Amino acid sequence: MEYLNILLNELYKIMFVVVPVLVSVALIVWVDRRIWGAVQKRKGPNVVGPFGILQTVADALKYILKEIIIPASSNKVIFVLAPVVTMTLALVAWAVIPFDNELVLADINVGILYLFAVSSLGVYGIIMGGWASNSKYPFLGAIRSAAQMVSYEVSIGIIIINVLLCVGSLNLKDIVNAQQNLWFVVPLFPMFIVFLISALAETNRPPFDLPEAEAELVSGYQTEYSGMMYAMFWLGEYANILLMCALGAILFLGGWLPLLDVFPFNLLPAPLWMILKILFLFFLFALVKAIVPRYRYDQLMRLGWKILLPFSLFYVVLTASFLFYFDKLPVKVF
Amino acid sequence: MKISRLLKTIFLLEFVSGLLIATREIFRPKKTINYPYEKGSLSPRFRGEHALRRYPSGEERCIACKLCEAVCPAQAITIESTEREDGSRKTTRYDIDMLKCIYCGLCQESCPVEAIVQGPNFEFSTETREELYYNKEKLMDNGDRWEDVLAKNIRLDKPYR
Repeated sequence: MEYLNILLNELYKIMFVVVPVLVSVALIVWVDRRIWGAVQKRKGPNVVGPFGILQTVADALKYILKEIIIPASSNKVIFVLAPVVTMTLALVAWAVIPFDNELVLADINVGILYLFAVSSLGVYGIIMGGWASNSKYPFLGAIRSAAQMVSYEVSIGIIIINVLLCVGSLNLKDIVNAQQNLWFVVPLFPMFIVFLISALAETNRPPFDLPEAEAELVSGYQTEYSGMMYAMFWLGEYANILLMCALGAILFLGGWLPLLDVFPFNLLPAPLWMILKILFLFFLFALVKAIVPRYRYDQLMRLGWKILLPFSLFYVVLTASFLFYFDKLPVKVF
Repeated sequence: MKISRLLKTIFLLEFVSGLLIATREIFRPKKTINYPYEKGSLSPRFRGEHALRRYPSGEERCIACKLCEAVCPAQAITIESTEREDGSRKTTRYDIDMLKCIYCGLCQESCPVEAIVQGPNFEFSTETREELYYNKEKLMDNGDRWEDVLAKNIRLDKPYR
């Protein structure tokens, strides 16, 4: 009985994270389409609800009502599992994202490692979907996607090392609190840019949307999916994008900390600052989607391995030597 | 690679200027309209749904010369005619198969009495094919309903014919 109580209590807390995340994913899809439309001087979805805000709800309802088609030659268990894996991994990562000093579901001291591990697993959903479809376009899309995500994961890892050098802790709350005086975006600005680029690649957003390149691959690993399973891939993808924005806000933009700790700014509650920063980053993501063409596969790999990776490694050395020389290392090793 | 180009690439200058242009375009007026609620303007020459017109006296204009039937490249028009008691030749049947019609406007151009015209209406989709086999009754009805606009469009377009 006691265990049940603990379980229910935890479920109750989890609901407080998952439901807002799902609702904001629905809203963010709409925001994305509106910005995309606005840049192209279109109106974007504006019919369902005020300003079309319920467009995603309408889309989701449509997807729920549609028939789920499972190809006869597919590996049925893995085929059904793939969107579930994508969706679950995208949501599970939100457990460690802090919105305030107290407002965090799981305050674990290896938060950033956990996030990194979960987002690395994200590639499994795509690989499973592409493999189990047993069809050429999904397979090619999945292979591209796997190579791409693995490549850019490496440079994201190195960027995170930069931040960790300055913080001396893997806890996300400590990372935010270390930015009380100066957001890391200022000293690590080049890393912030590289992080944004890698995050775009990591979440398969344009200009790195090769896995779904509709002109070549129909829609990549999602080709054989329909109905709710397609919608789950799609929700998982946007939850991942939001997660990357949240990670960017925590690592570089000082999480829930206000812009300046003076009168008009510190009136806003801390979680709202966090949400504003996530929205700002998402706005950048949406703008980029509207203006860029797609990279070719070899260009993508060249950018990842020959430019971003050496550059971030170089910056690690730079940060480390700077901190060591001026004796500013957060953890004294020697 | 030139130094200036290298610097441009390293500092993502072109990318940033692209972002700025995109941000500026967001606030520009939109090129699209809310279609069912707002509609774009149509030229007086617009070739939409067909109509058979009448003279102001109420007499139907068509004299069953069958020029439109002859000129129609899609052979969508079928006309049958008889002599009326007063000796004038009138149609007993004037059918247009709107599914065959290619909306080229040759029927309107060939008509010597401006009887068959193509009006500004383009929203006449139906749920069955049968509803798009227009007969004389339907066409005369269209003519009566759209007469104001049709007459105005013909007057506006006259100088260019």
